[in-house]
Amino acid sequence: MANIETLNTTAAGIDAVAPRLGEGPSGAKPRPALSSRNIILYGTLGVAALYYLLPLYVMVVTSLKGMPEIRLGNIFSPPLEITFEPWVKAWAEACTGLNCDGLSRGFWNSVRITVPSVIISIAIASVNGYALANWRFKGSELFFSILIIGAFIPYQVMIYPIVIILREIGIYGTLTGLVIVHSIFGMPILTLLFRNYFVSLPEELFKAARVDGAGFWQIFLKIMLPMSLPIFVVAMILQVTGIWNDFLFGVVFTRPDTYPMTVQLNNIVNSVQGVKEYNVNMAATILTGLVPLIVYFVSGRLFVRGIAAGAVKG
Amino acid sequence: MTGQAQAGRPNKLLRNLNAKIASIPMILTAVVIFVGGTFWTVFYSFTNSKLLPRLSFVGIDQYERLWAAPRWVTAIENLALYGVLSLIFSLVIGFMLAALMDQKIRFENTFRTIFLYPFALSFIVTGLVWQWVLNPDFGIQSVVRSMGWTSFTFNPLYTPEIVIYGILIAALWQGTGLVMCLMLAGLRGIDEDIWKAARVDGIPMWKTYLFIVIPMMRPVFITTIVIIASGIVKVYDLVVAQTSGGPGISSEVPAKYVYDYMFQAQNLGQGFAASTMMLVTVAIIIVPWAYLEFGGGRKRG
Repeated sequence: MANIETLNTTAAGIDAVAPRLGEGPSGAKPRPALSSRNIILYGTLGVAALYYLLPLYVMVVTSLKGMPEIRLGNIFSPPLEITFEPWVKAWAEACTGLNCDGLSRGFWNSVRITVPSVIISIAIASVNGYALANWRFKGSELFFSILIIGAFIPYQVMIYPIVIILREIGIYGTLTGLVIVHSIFGMPILTLLFRNYFVSLPEELFKAARVDGAGFWQIFLKIMLPMSLPIFVVAMILQVTGIWNDFLFGVVFTRPDTYPMTVQLNNIVNSVQGVKEYNVNMAATILTGLVPLIVYFVSGRLFVRGIAAGAVKG
Repeated sequence: MTGQAQAGRPNKLLRNLNAKIASIPMILTAVVIFVGGTFWTVFYSFTNSKLLPRLSFVGIDQYERLWAAPRWVTAIENLALYGVLSLIFSLVIGFMLAALMDQKIRFENTFRTIFLYPFALSFIVTGLVWQWVLNPDFGIQSVVRSMGWTSFTFNPLYTPEIVIYGILIAALWQGTGLVMCLMLAGLRGIDEDIWKAARVDGIPMWKTYLFIVIPMMRPVFITTIVIIASGIVKVYDLVVAQTSGGPGISSEVPAKYVYDYMFQAQNLGQGFAASTMMLVTVAIIIVPWAYLEFGGGRKRG
């Protein structure tokens, strides 16, 4: 599994991306601060940073303006008169179809989807990864390989069979159904993550516990779990952002009253009827992006590790 | 792990029972959903299912209809153009940002936070923001015009010929931060002595990057390319949010075609055929990579 190794080194390498301050003097001799090299270097980085920051700035600024000001002014100018009304409207009054109770409905749906999906998918994948790492059985590697290859199959190929299965069980269109779908599609990357982590732990620990008579669950709960908090955090970051940002599964597996936030947001902004209220749209967009943004800013470098591992999911 | 060689014990199935129980969800997912589901879809793509899947085989009719449909051809052309450009630009921009970040700069953490935060946002949010920034009446075009350049035209989202570039701009904004991070990790993995040796030999910096560092980063590049490529084939939400496939059908993509035929037009057979073609596209990308990585064996560097 060379690709898995590559991913691991990549993830490990990202930890090394930490600033190399405090390592004592190294590298070339100090240059004057305003050398032409520095001007080009920081100039380019600054311009690039502008490109990345501009949309966020425009979003915030637009959401704080009144509609008359938006129609007259330009999107980059700061608001003359700050109003929070668009935010209130986006949260509590914006309409999708016949429902006019705002994004709050989608927000709570997303919470009710994300929380159980994250817990269930991580519980399944961590135990499974542990079994694959320490309790291999005949065929376990084969199933694991199928799982990893399956991560590359476009979701569109597998969606309809799942619709049929969920319909047969009678949970198509419910939040339960969507939670199951998220748990299924989170499985390849999470299992890979946990398996590789448990493989990297010293085998002596496991053997010693076995000699002392501990069984499958005892070793997992008493030895493996306490040692693997960081990887659980990485998995949580990965799943919370991934599931919160999902659109495709939301739109396929839920009904209008159980739509997650992303689907509802898209329906609000891209609805064809009514006058376009750009300030409300931008407030709604920020609200939807807020949860993953907070996760990102709070978790810092762990987030990078999570996405480096999770990016295989595509 | 141990004792598997002693086959033929009566309780063979029961041995290691807990691990087997723990693996049931994985086995079910792998066998039923991934293998079973894929074969099911491919199988039914040869039927003329409409509202519900039916077993009335029509050979390759669905595929002939698919490739005769202008909408599908547009979708494939868009995917090819978007794919090539997004791969090239992601790699170039990502690598250049990473190389700049690797110059022992100040505020490295701040810059990385700025470059990477869009990746935390969903494609829906990305698409809607850029829909607003590129809005012809209020966005960049109108701002530049109001500064005096009245003939300035930059309206990709409503111009069929260039709409895919509008989507590309948004996609690069969202995704290049990740590429930068992967590349930076690769650069940090290069031995400092290589740089010293190159400097002693008087090799200019750009040459060192081009002929020494980049070839050494081959595994990182391959991982990154696979990551970008598998994302490209799945592109869906971004288009839905930013243009809904418009104007007309000019920004359609295969994933959207599949969804629309399966769940809106109630023409399941077309949807299955289109999704099978997506699978083939992925296979075209993945199989050579898998061959290079696993089959090509010894030459891996």
